[in-house]
Amino acid sequence: MIELPTLGWQSIVILVVFGVSLLIATYCTYAERVIAAFLQDRVGPDRAGPFGLLQPLADAVKLFTKEEFFPAGANKALFIMGPCLAMITALMSSAVIPFGNVIQFGNNVFNLQGIEVNIGMLWVFGIVSLGVYGVMIGGWASNNKFSLLGAIRAGSQNISYELAMGMALIAVLMISGTLSLREITLQQSVAGEWHFWNIVKQPLGFIIFLVCAFAETNRTPFDLPECETELVGGYHTEYSSMKMGLYLFAEYVNVFVASAVMSVLYFGGFNFPFQYELRDWLVSAQGWELMSAQNLISVLGLLGLFGKIFAFIFFFMWVRWTLPRFRYDQLMRLGWTILIPLAIFNIVLTGGLILGGIIK
Amino acid sequence: MASSPSLFFFLSFVALFAALGVVLAKNPVHSVLFLILTFFSLSGHYLILNAQFLAAVNIIVYAGAIMVLFLFVIMFLNLNADTEPHKSTMSKVAAAVAGGLLLVVMVAALRDVQTANTFNAATFDSQIGMVSQLGMVLYTKYLLPFELASVLFLAAMVGAVMLGKREAGERNF
Repeated sequence: MIELPTLGWQSIVILVVFGVSLLIATYCTYAERVIAAFLQDRVGPDRAGPFGLLQPLADAVKLFTKEEFFPAGANKALFIMGPCLAMITALMSSAVIPFGNVIQFGNNVFNLQGIEVNIGMLWVFGIVSLGVYGVMIGGWASNNKFSLLGAIRAGSQNISYELAMGMALIAVLMISGTLSLREITLQQSVAGEWHFWNIVKQPLGFIIFLVCAFAETNRTPFDLPECETELVGGYHTEYSSMKMGLYLFAEYVNVFVASAVMSVLYFGGFNFPFQYELRDWLVSAQGWELMSAQNLISVLGLLGLFGKIFAFIFFFMWVRWTLPRFRYDQLMRLGWTILIPLAIFNIVLTGGLILGGIIK
Repeated sequence: MASSPSLFFFLSFVALFAALGVVLAKNPVHSVLFLILTFFSLSGHYLILNAQFLAAVNIIVYAGAIMVLFLFVIMFLNLNADTEPHKSTMSKVAAAVAGGLLLVVMVAALRDVQTANTFNAATFDSQIGMVSQLGMVLYTKYLLPFELASVLFLAAMVGAVMLGKREAGERNF
């Protein structure tokens, strides 16, 4: 394997991951409206283009042409830095997600993943924990009481739910024994034996992780930092134009990344049922080469992973338009007195099951 | 890695610049942000030393959790130039002397460090900073200090819960 072409290929993969994250975030704004309309028995956006498909473009033009507003007494540098940080941290975490298995051409093996590091899970967790800075700095720099309250809520909410999230991750680690997301994916499907995805081994951990993911991405029912009934617009009260757009965008990129991480950790990532049977059938009955059959499996796995991600994104939106918002004290009580003890119980339970040899 | 020396100097420059920023910035929020930048450049140093786990944990614990709490508290305090209390000359002198003494101690400690010929390619283990290696060492060779540290954390946690506990008859809202 020559080094330079691989490096070149990896940089293309990184660019594609970047572009796909942005594209999905763009169409999430459309999907959110369509799903909201569906759940509320309305028509939804249908003016711009066929089925309103050009609506995100129209929104972008609207946001770009609006007035750039700086509130009096705002810290200008930090006011600009807030949305930038939110966007950067949102986009960084998708770098380590394995979107597909390897694709082989001759001797060249290409990995459908931005960068493969052996601390992939810690990377995602670290970037998620940094995500709150964009909100906190933007909210503080606005020089507005409501923004500040939103920023402070975001900070305490993220720290509280990070704990339970980390403990849910520890239980996954105990099963997998590795921090590499690619390894975790590969472990969830082994050729020639009946193998379950992690959701079967970690149902409780998954539920804890899912709830925490809602809190970390500031989605309803936990969108207290922007709670408009109490805080006008929360941390982005003073924001207008594309700076506001970046905050909204960062939220959708976060939803995308959270969905991808949940699919990888608990729902088998790019694995799909009977993939090895399909490969062997292609090789033996159809006379394919093993390599091209493997490549086909990789492409199908990539599509399968995106199917899982879209299902999770739909779930995020479904919950948003179904459940009412929590009260702030209820949110904190849920995090500290229910989720963290449950997560600790889950760790002990997983340890017991591993000791007993029931799961491995 | 061929680019290590230039990367090292770049990261060192960022670390020193940001650390100076922490001390010199007038606005406490700027200080906190500079401190976060310092932690990032230190994590970069860990990465150059092939200690990926330490780098990630440094980001998660310091930049991700502790600094968020710092920022949180500073935002509540609403410090700025107008409300800054005037410090007496006495405390300034005391701070300078204390800082100078710390510098002397560090220079004394680092004076005898052997810098040349400590690297031996034959015995160097490139995997030494990896998670599994670190875990092995922590749970075998350094088990007692590791467990003692966890007892210390437990004590700190119990203390924090005690301080934060609502006392009988006290109303918070």
